[in-house]
Order: sequence, then structure tokens, then C-alpha cells
Amino acid sequence: MSREAYQVPTNVGGTQNAFGADSMGGGSLDGPVVAYLCGECNSRVSLKRGDQIRCKECGHRVLYKERTKRMVQFEAR
Amino acid sequence: MAPLIVSQEELDRRRIVDINFETVANIPSTDFPGHWPGESHEWSLEKFQNDFKIEFHRNERFESSFSLIGVDASIANAFRRILMAEVPSVAIEYVFVHNNTSVIQDEVLAQRLGLIPFKGSVEGINWMRWFKKPTEDDPESGSSPADYNTIVLRLDVECTKNPNADPKEDDPRKIYNNAHVYAKDITFHPVGRQEQFFFGDDTFQPVNPDILVAKLRPGQKIDMELHCIKGIGADHAKFSPVATASYRLMPDIKILRPILGDDAKKFAKCFPKGVIGLEPVSREEASQKGSGYEGHEGESKAVVVDAFNDTVSRECLRHEEFQGKVKLGRLRDHFIFNVESVGQFESDTLFLESVKVLKLKCARWKRGLTDLMR
Repeated sequence: MSREAYQVPTNVGGTQNAFGADSMGGGSLDGPVVAYLCGECNSRVSLKRGDQIRCKECGHRVLYKERTKRMVQFEAR
Repeated sequence: MAPLIVSQEELDRRRIVDINFETVANIPSTDFPGHWPGESHEWSLEKFQNDFKIEFHRNERFESSFSLIGVDASIANAFRRILMAEVPSVAIEYVFVHNNTSVIQDEVLAQRLGLIPFKGSVEGINWMRWFKKPTEDDPESGSSPADYNTIVLRLDVECTKNPNADPKEDDPRKIYNNAHVYAKDITFHPVGRQEQFFFGDDTFQPVNPDILVAKLRPGQKIDMELHCIKGIGADHAKFSPVATASYRLMPDIKILRPILGDDAKKFAKCFPKGVIGLEPVSREEASQKGSGYEGHEGESKAVVVDAFNDTVSRECLRHEEFQGKVKLGRLRDHFIFNVESVGQFESDTLFLESVKVLKLKCARWKRGLTDLMR
């Protein structure tokens, strides 16, 4: 896909950014649960929209997304 | 006009590329029709068969050195270039990453894997056919993977802590399992008829099992499928079957006037060991008028023992005392080849492969010419 053809996805549910800041601390329970990895203790942290970005084990505030489960193809050159 | 007969002396002179203090002269070959008035120089198969010689200097499994004597530079160079760029070999081309949580990025790892040389049954590699890549215009034009064009390898390693390690140990290879991923961790998974070719010692495997591919720490894992295809060095250097394929011209040293005594020792030191030797001046030489040896009987003189090992450093030309006494050169039609195989094929068969490729090219060219005539 070329750069020009890319369209910024528009959220159907209104003006929400990726962190769901407007509903921070709110009780919105919809949306998928995404697993993250703690940047400090490497434990798995499952978050859904509106959750505080914080490791449940050590309280570290840097979380990383997990690597894709999909197969990726490369050319060895 | 009847063809001129040229003296052997003149022919020998023409054979030599002059190497002077700062210049190289008499470089191009002149043995083609139309260069020397009255001389034929027509190419004839019979003459070539009589003059052409091959001498082997060493012939080990993966490194050979031999001389081609009596060919033109264009032919010798064609063989060298074909060896590097057009003799096919097998290497990893497609990498399918299922998981890679190591610190080395997928694309970097893929590139590293591509450069690992592999070996296997020569019969099997020759049996393999090309894998046609899809073109950008027609993504459907590529061939689909089959047992005769793709070899499947897997790299599936996970690093774990070694519970049996000494607590004072700090070598990561001992306190962890699989801390280092080597080429030997790549496993071969035969498909179809590949089992008939690649088995036992002839299985498809890395030439050097100890090539470091990646480093891991506990919890990190690599899981990928690697597809090897046949290719040529012109496409990518990983397909080149040779580590080096080069030639040099045979050096030629002529001592024009006697070099005697201490000068001879100094002269020998200007060359690599064994190139120049010292011999006593014989009685006959000393009694010969005008030879330059008069009254020097029993003194040592410098003689050329073995010009083969000379590096043609021209050191001897820098010294005042050897001015005009020595002439350096190279034989224009004596090519000393050095072919080092990467490990897939034996080095002497590699050269024969290059001859085969050149023959095929000539056949194609001939076909093109006949098409042109029609």
C-alpha cells in the first residue's frame, strides 16, 4: 500500500486516542484485552481500554507490546 | 606474400610483459591477425592443442592452484569471472520468521543466515533446479516450492537457564542453555526425493558448524523456517561457490650481466626465499672472454632458481649496483590460478564447472548467430 493510499483510521465511538485518555479511570469495559510485557520485570500485563498503564507486579510504568504472532517473511539478502 | 617466419627469440620477447622501475610496458597481446605485417597469427585448433598446457601446483579438497599456459588473457579472465559469478550454488534465500524475541532484528538475522555456506551431496545439488522468482509485473509468474527447487531448513532454539551451572560461573554459554546460536543448530528437513540424495555424511548441512548466528538470553527464542534455493553469484555474493578465484602472471627474472660476490647475496635478499640462488663461477665461465666472469673463478654468482615464488616487488630495481643487470617481467600467457572453494564443491571441479558454463554461453552465442543469418 502506498503512503498516499493510507487513511488514518477513524474511531467510530467518537474522539478517542489510542490510550483512551478521555475515559481514563472510567468504567468503560468494552474493547479487547491486550497483553503487554513489563519493561522492568518482563511479566505479562493484560490491559483493556481505560486501564492504568502500570505493571501489576512491580508498578513499572513502561509496558511493551508483544511481538506479532503472525509469520513474517524476509529475503536473506 | 608468403608468411614471415619469426625467430624464436622474437617470439619469446613478445611473450613477456616488461616490468620497469615505475611502469609496466608491452602489456597487450599481439598474436592476432593483422598486427604484425606479413605474419599470419590465425587461430588454429591444432596450434592451440599443441601449445596449451595445464600444470597443477597443489590440489587440495577446497583449495587448488594450477597454471594455464598458452591461453589469452580474455579466456583466463572469463574463467575467473564465471567462477565467481556464474557457477551456481545453494544458499538460504527466504526466511519465514515465526518467532524471534532475540535482540537481533529479523531482517539482520535473515541477512546473516543467507551468508552461511552450506554443503550437501553434489549429486543432489546438481539435481536441483532453479527456483524462478516472481517478477514485479506478474506476481504469479514465480515457481512454487517443490523438492527439486527448495531445501527446507529450520532454526528453532530457545534459551533457558542452566540449573546445574556453578553459581560462581559467569560465562553465559555455561550458565544458560543455547546462549549462543550456531550454524549447527540449523536442522535439515528433507522433502520428497531429497531423502534419496541428502543422507548420512551427504546430508544438507553448514560447511562450518561453528558460525555464530545470534546470541540469546533466558526467555528469548528464535523459531524460523529457512528456504534454500539455487542461485548464481551475479545475483548475490552468497551464491558464489568460491571464496577466492584469482590468477597472477608467471614472473620472469632475467639476469643480463653477472652479479657476483656480496652483490649476489644482496640481490638474493631483494627476492623472496628460494627465488635467487648462489652458485660458484665455473672455470669455463671464467675463461670465457667478455662474459664478465673473467678472473672471478670460484666466486659466487646470482642465478634464478625459481621465479614462480617471486612477488615482483621490484626491490632489486631500487639499488644502484643492479642497474642494467636485471630485467623483470611476467609471462603474458602463463596464468597461475588459485581457486578456493567455499565448501559446496571441490575446488578442481569448480574450474571444470566454469569451463562448462563458458561452453554453454558459446553455444548460445552460436545459436544467436545462426538466427541472425536466417
